[in-house]
Amino acid sequence: MKATLLLVVFLFLPCLVFMGNHTYYLSLMTMGSMYAIVALSLNLLLGYTGQISLCHAAFYGIGAYAAAMAGVNFSLNPWIGLAAAVICPALVAFVVGFPTVRLREHYLAMATLGIGMIVYAVLRADPFGATGGPGGIFAIPPLAVPGYAISSDVSRHVTVSLVLIAVFILCRSVVGSRFGSLMQAIHESQNAVVSLGIDVNMVKLKVFVASAALAGLAGGLYSYCSPLAYINPDDAASVMLSVKFIVMVVIGGTMSLAGGIAGAFAITWLPELLRAASGKVPMVNPADLEAVIYGAVLIATLIYAPGGLFRIGGHRA
Amino acid sequence: MSEILQYLISGIGIGTIYALIATGFCLTYNTSGIINFAQGEFVMLGGMLTVGLSQVPGLSMNAAVAISIALTALIGVAVERIAIRPARGAGLTTLIIITIGVSFVIKALTGAVTKDEFVLPALPGPNTHLFMGASIPAQTVWIICIGAAIVIGLWLFLKYTLIGTTLRAMAENRQAVSNLGVESETLPALSFALSAAIGAAAGVLITPITQMSWLKGTELGLKGFCGAVLGGMGSIPGAVIGGLLVGIAETTGSALFSGYKEVIAFSLVLAVLYTKPQGIMGGRL
Repeated sequence: MKATLLLVVFLFLPCLVFMGNHTYYLSLMTMGSMYAIVALSLNLLLGYTGQISLCHAAFYGIGAYAAAMAGVNFSLNPWIGLAAAVICPALVAFVVGFPTVRLREHYLAMATLGIGMIVYAVLRADPFGATGGPGGIFAIPPLAVPGYAISSDVSRHVTVSLVLIAVFILCRSVVGSRFGSLMQAIHESQNAVVSLGIDVNMVKLKVFVASAALAGLAGGLYSYCSPLAYINPDDAASVMLSVKFIVMVVIGGTMSLAGGIAGAFAITWLPELLRAASGKVPMVNPADLEAVIYGAVLIATLIYAPGGLFRIGGHRA
Repeated sequence: MSEILQYLISGIGIGTIYALIATGFCLTYNTSGIINFAQGEFVMLGGMLTVGLSQVPGLSMNAAVAISIALTALIGVAVERIAIRPARGAGLTTLIIITIGVSFVIKALTGAVTKDEFVLPALPGPNTHLFMGASIPAQTVWIICIGAAIVIGLWLFLKYTLIGTTLRAMAENRQAVSNLGVESETLPALSFALSAAIGAAAGVLITPITQMSWLKGTELGLKGFCGAVLGGMGSIPGAVIGGLLVGIAETTGSALFSGYKEVIAFSLVLAVLYTKPQGIMGGRL
């Protein structure tokens, strides 16, 4: 309860602070909330169940494209588009998940990396002229409630934040449930769980599909609630983004939901800090160092602080 | 007929590259039990460093190649020292994420220097050989010959030298080797140096054909990994056969569905992982 209240304050305070001229910072907060939803979803899989995924950007991207195509190509109500953003990645995860969840460790890592690269390549290849290729999809309509379009910075931020809080509460109840204990037991010792006669692959498949659905929801929100109203394969589905999601979970602390959210906001603000530093560092453009920092932070965190940098609440790994 | 032969030849050419990369995966897997996700970056470094050094006035091409391979090997040792060794004892998934971190550091540092695509001059030779109506570029012949020489040299090293035998013993049972009093601290570093050097050589060989940029490493590494899995993780003869098969399948596949080359290659990776994770030659050298 305390963590939820803290999250509410953290998300809604910026509305008051940035409402005037600083809408850019508010939209960064909104972006952070979207990433935080993905971090929560990935934490269920990577943190609690111990299964790596290098294709979460693919699920996020499928969600984003499902929503954008529903709005632009089919002119559907955006709320239906948002439902599609949850259902499409869940379906894809269900189909590819069947063989994938059987794999372990480096085989699982490589398979999910392969899935991520396939989805990215397909989105870029512009199948049937539906995805717009490398250029992406423009002019995505915003979400709307009767009589009001959710198109201002504040209303977008409130919408995404409400979803984030709902997902946080959902994930907390899953983690604390009997099913959540099963997930963590698989993390500790898969063989022990198998020996109890439990269908481990079915548990992993459920987590994989649920995790993909939540990542897709975040992707759908990205389509409808980013101020650009524009998506492309590089911003929505690249392997680099998948690694970014892993960085968020790892630095925030695997098996700490609140930590993952903190990690997501930290990673969202990093490029801004680097941009602020540009021109002040000789020889290199600090913006180019973004991925170097992700890599270095991953290595250093896992070696020196395997529990994560922002361990707020949550259980010990 | 000559068309099929043509695809087969370019498949064997690119497949030799994948075979070398796959061999690198096996070496580090056998001695340290981890899959190095930064393996592809060594390939990229080999190509990019050679490109950079070849622009240094007064340095011959051969010297540029030698220095870049040596530098990559040193970077391989540094990776083992800085990122892998301190995390020993951590779970496999943790080690995988660490090597992903390494690959991002290497990739992005290269990208911070230059984001352009480069090409190296092909090795000297008559432009193309003709063989039963199919043309074989000289570079492909070079790739196959040099690739074969590297693999045979590695095999002789592993088979007939004391260090090589110890490396093979580590593949069998790391604990036993350390119980025998072998200083096993240096051997994982050595295997990283070797696999980085082999990767770098592959990068130098492929650059004249496909060009090289900071982004190429992941893709090359993934395909090399596919070869290693197809051959049975840890088996060097398997890695060679697996790498060749991936190359041939990729060229013939992309001839059938142009525009979806990457999709075909990665679908192949998945097909192998899903159906034969133990590989066609399961077991070790």
